[in-house]
Amino acid sequence: MVSERFVMAVDQGTTSSRCLVFDHRGRMVAVSQREHRQYYPRPGWVEHDAMEIWRNVAKLIQHAARDAGLQASDIVGLGIANQRETTVVWDRRTGEPVGRAIVWQDTRTADLVNELARAGGANRFRSLCGLPLATYFAGPKIRWLLNETPGLRERAERGEVLFGTMETWLIWNLTGGPDGGRHVTDVTNASRTMLLNLKTLDWDLSLCEAMGIPTRMLPEVRPSIEVYGEARAVMPGLRITAALGDQQAALFGQTCFAPGEAKCTYGTGSFLLLNTGKEISHSNHGLITTPAYQIGGEAPTYALEGSIAITGSLVQWFRDGLGLISSAPEIETLARTVEDNGGCYIVPAFSGLFAPHWRSEARGVIVGLTSYITKGHLARAVLEATGWQTREVVDAMNADSGVALTTLKVDGGMTSDHLLMQFLADVLDVPVVRPLVAETVSVGAAYAAGLAVGYWADLDVLRRNWHRASQWLPAMDPRHREIEYENWQRAVERTLDWVRQPDQVQGRRARPDQ
Amino acid sequence: MYRAAVPGPVQSIERAAAILRLLAARSGRLGLVEISASLDLAKGTVHGILRTLQSVGFVEQDPTSGKYQLGAALLHLGSSYLDVNELRARALNWSDALAARTGEAVRVGTSMDSRVLIVHHVFRPDESLQTLEVGNLLPAHACALGKVLLAYGPAPTRAQASQPLEGFTRVTVVDRRALTQELGRVREQGWSQEVEEWQPGEAAVAAPIRAYGGLAVGAIEVRGAVERLCDYHRQPKTEHVTRVREAARAISRELGAARW
Repeated sequence: MVSERFVMAVDQGTTSSRCLVFDHRGRMVAVSQREHRQYYPRPGWVEHDAMEIWRNVAKLIQHAARDAGLQASDIVGLGIANQRETTVVWDRRTGEPVGRAIVWQDTRTADLVNELARAGGANRFRSLCGLPLATYFAGPKIRWLLNETPGLRERAERGEVLFGTMETWLIWNLTGGPDGGRHVTDVTNASRTMLLNLKTLDWDLSLCEAMGIPTRMLPEVRPSIEVYGEARAVMPGLRITAALGDQQAALFGQTCFAPGEAKCTYGTGSFLLLNTGKEISHSNHGLITTPAYQIGGEAPTYALEGSIAITGSLVQWFRDGLGLISSAPEIETLARTVEDNGGCYIVPAFSGLFAPHWRSEARGVIVGLTSYITKGHLARAVLEATGWQTREVVDAMNADSGVALTTLKVDGGMTSDHLLMQFLADVLDVPVVRPLVAETVSVGAAYAAGLAVGYWADLDVLRRNWHRASQWLPAMDPRHREIEYENWQRAVERTLDWVRQPDQVQGRRARPDQ
Repeated sequence: MYRAAVPGPVQSIERAAAILRLLAARSGRLGLVEISASLDLAKGTVHGILRTLQSVGFVEQDPTSGKYQLGAALLHLGSSYLDVNELRARALNWSDALAARTGEAVRVGTSMDSRVLIVHHVFRPDESLQTLEVGNLLPAHACALGKVLLAYGPAPTRAQASQPLEGFTRVTVVDRRALTQELGRVREQGWSQEVEEWQPGEAAVAAPIRAYGGLAVGAIEVRGAVERLCDYHRQPKTEHVTRVREAARAISRELGAARW
């Protein structure tokens, strides 16, 4: 054991952060986790305290290392996977954020996005950055901060404040913070800003200008897999050797290294990613184009992504907002108290609808309510919403790639819900497979970190670590599936056009201060 | 340590019961001072008991007023102690790790109507065709999971104890006295075994999953071919026993069994 070395991963997620330690065979040897506070200051606004997240991650690294009995020299590298798009802007001299981080689910930039779309349509930047204009991405969030925070634009132009998504914020703090911390991002995270040119993999000046963002505040764009630097805080000497957006990390952890391989991760939201190889492929069905990973010194690998904003967070809302269950796994228990959804459907368009619709003005609905409906039916409808939303992006992906998906590799916390996994297999009509390590985001970050320093020789070694842990086979009557899918689609139609533009509002005067 | 032949009532439990009765009798919330005064006990004593009751969920403290009331766990005392889906969610990471380390299938079970309900199943990581067994019910006396649950669970009722034990193979334990003896051994060593008692050619090792207070709420096992799991004497290999117990402890820690 003395000579054995390990690799560490930090998964900085939307609701919690965790730190895991893996051995050479990709087996978890330690895990520590901590939730952070969600701030909902107004409807549609979601914020995090970046300082709280940094403090949590620092503690988690120390805890995980202590639990596994490790020192910095026993760890070959740290890989960071993170919630994407969540935007932090901070003072480079004090290290203090200028305000709370704006979370990816936040919709405050809706007006800004509409305004940008008026001149050229929602897809005006798509050929450059692969993304439709949406509140989801970091660029509009930076712009909002620059517009709304007095003096911030001037400070940004003078180079006094820095922008980063979570991996940038963590790497900067780990490598010294105000005292020489490295201000870097990786291509996968950078691609979620709407400012990155997909071909050059660098900031696109025309995009930055159109979005009104000074390039001085942007981090340096680097490959996902390379040595970024050594930690000077928390665990001095620990090398930071990889960074990936969490969904790309999960794709990597599922060892989807070949074109045509896909996975779906079930967390706060759910994200289906399909490896499309070295080619940039554009979607005609509402998917987005994104780098999958880039190994230092190599050409990038790309992916098509179907992003679903609300899946696990619908269960959380059911728990915290409605108080109908006391822990998330209990949703399955409650759902099993009834045979079916009783005719009730929930479309959780809380932040508008993401893929394949991209309708930011949509808002959630519960339809089909009758006095027959119990909380058990609602619990079913909550789980089914995740199944049908997946069906929609799988349909889009099949249409774009011209090849039908034959199995779905799944991961994430919700894979412990067997009712949901069976429902997924039923509505997709393909086997659903969970790999042996459900923490695929962390596994992917660890694989990437180990690969960067030669701990693992190549991708094939990693592929041999993948094992099937569970499998669910489709068992739903095809006719029933069709009827239910139609009902779902009718429910989705009812979410559209809910939020009106100020000029559409009649019957009351538009308030001058809005 | 001195022990009376017949142990008398435990004072702190009597006091805890008095506090619970007091909280149940008053409709509103009570502060520390009121409780101490009502029961004529020192504030420090009451505070210690309240904190313990709070840690097991029998008492809740209002974060703003600091006052105490009966906890939700107390209200649900009669119903299921731990949601089975919660148990699976908490066991997920560690059962994966156990399957990866042993190269064998892993299952988690809990008691249901004196049988074992499989709540989680991780395939043997060898890519062979396997079927998910979650939801299956097994006879407790014939499997490793069941023996742990019997050993650490409530004693069987007289009606249960008079039921004949069904044999599934030639070596299933069907004699009550022999089973009782084996359960005693399980409690002593902290784990159970099953060698061809349920399916010919199969063996399993199981250990208890505990929640706060040490209560066994489930069991986790590693299961595989006898020749892989056992040594020449048909005894489970030590490394498997160690790993199952480590996994059980890790899950127990997640469930709040702090010192176990």
